[in-house]
Amino acid sequence: MCIDCGCAEHHHHSDEHHHDHTHDQRPSPGGRKLSIGENLLAKNDRLAAANRARFAAQRLFVLNLVSSPGSGKTSILERTLRDLQDEINFAVLEGDQQTSNDADRIAATGIPAHQINTGAGCHLDAHMVGHGADHFDLATTDILMIENVGNLVCPAAFDLGEDHKVAVLSVTEGEDKPLKYPQMFQAANLLLINKIDLLPYVPFDIETCKTFARQVNPAVEILEVSCLKGDGMDAWYQWLRTGLAKKQQP
Amino acid sequence: MHELGITQSIIEIAQDHARAENAAQVLSVTVEIGALSGVVPDAVEFCFEACSKETLLDGARLIIEFVPGRARCSACAWEDQIDQLTYTCPGCGNLSLERLQGEELRVKELEID
Repeated sequence: MCIDCGCAEHHHHSDEHHHDHTHDQRPSPGGRKLSIGENLLAKNDRLAAANRARFAAQRLFVLNLVSSPGSGKTSILERTLRDLQDEINFAVLEGDQQTSNDADRIAATGIPAHQINTGAGCHLDAHMVGHGADHFDLATTDILMIENVGNLVCPAAFDLGEDHKVAVLSVTEGEDKPLKYPQMFQAANLLLINKIDLLPYVPFDIETCKTFARQVNPAVEILEVSCLKGDGMDAWYQWLRTGLAKKQQP
Repeated sequence: MHELGITQSIIEIAQDHARAENAAQVLSVTVEIGALSGVVPDAVEFCFEACSKETLLDGARLIIEFVPGRARCSACAWEDQIDQLTYTCPGCGNLSLERLQGEELRVKELEID
């Protein structure tokens, strides 16, 4: 159940959940105080920095796709891979609690894909991604796409060593998602507003959505796409090419 | 529920420091959690009991110091407490708030025996 453990570390957590609050009742006389000041995400941040250095050494452009479940992350990837696979070498890490359905969908496009199952976990962390990347030949890969667990809360806090977080928001969700889940939209460098082919049928005000996104992240880039119909996908591809070119500059 | 992972980090950091001091047990651990950190103190408390079993922190007191959010506007110099992540200044409406505090997520202090 403890999915954030380090590799070879031993964690023997009891499966029982005691709720007797004994930890509140013990006085602590005679204890020695130690000043610590260590960030709780320090371990993940260290592993993320190691991933980032490893990816940089291979001139790999790495994206961390985040969104709520059902916004179209996997469908965007499928179309992107099909359209660009003659031009760019991709590899894809898929994060889900269970099943290899998404990795199977990506593998069907012919692109190397590896599924990470987080089990009880609600997000990918740098440790999982470091091991996940071992499944690819990074030297021949240009772009590593990491599709995070569909969740607008937890993945925001965990740096994976990516160049950018890309948030996906579909027009069948509320336009106020950026205000409701500010950490995530603040952490993203690019926001893809997906399923714009459905705009005539849903009460989604795209300009209001952009305003909300900029309230939590004034610098965020925003692209409108429909991965089903293909609208706007060229701008997304151009964004990928620009990012990759920057990364591969000698 | 990334509070489970966050709580395991608290235990791990505390145990590492306690072991380095040859402590037999940790009596209390003080943690700073900022209002804008995205971590819910109640959920950390809930996880702490289960995660601390059979560790040096078994039975330890978890003391959470909640740090309120605070921001200043670089356009109009408005400064006050904020409880939400936003760049919109309540004073002038510009997207120019700079956060001064509230994103803390730290093990501050240990009491060991």
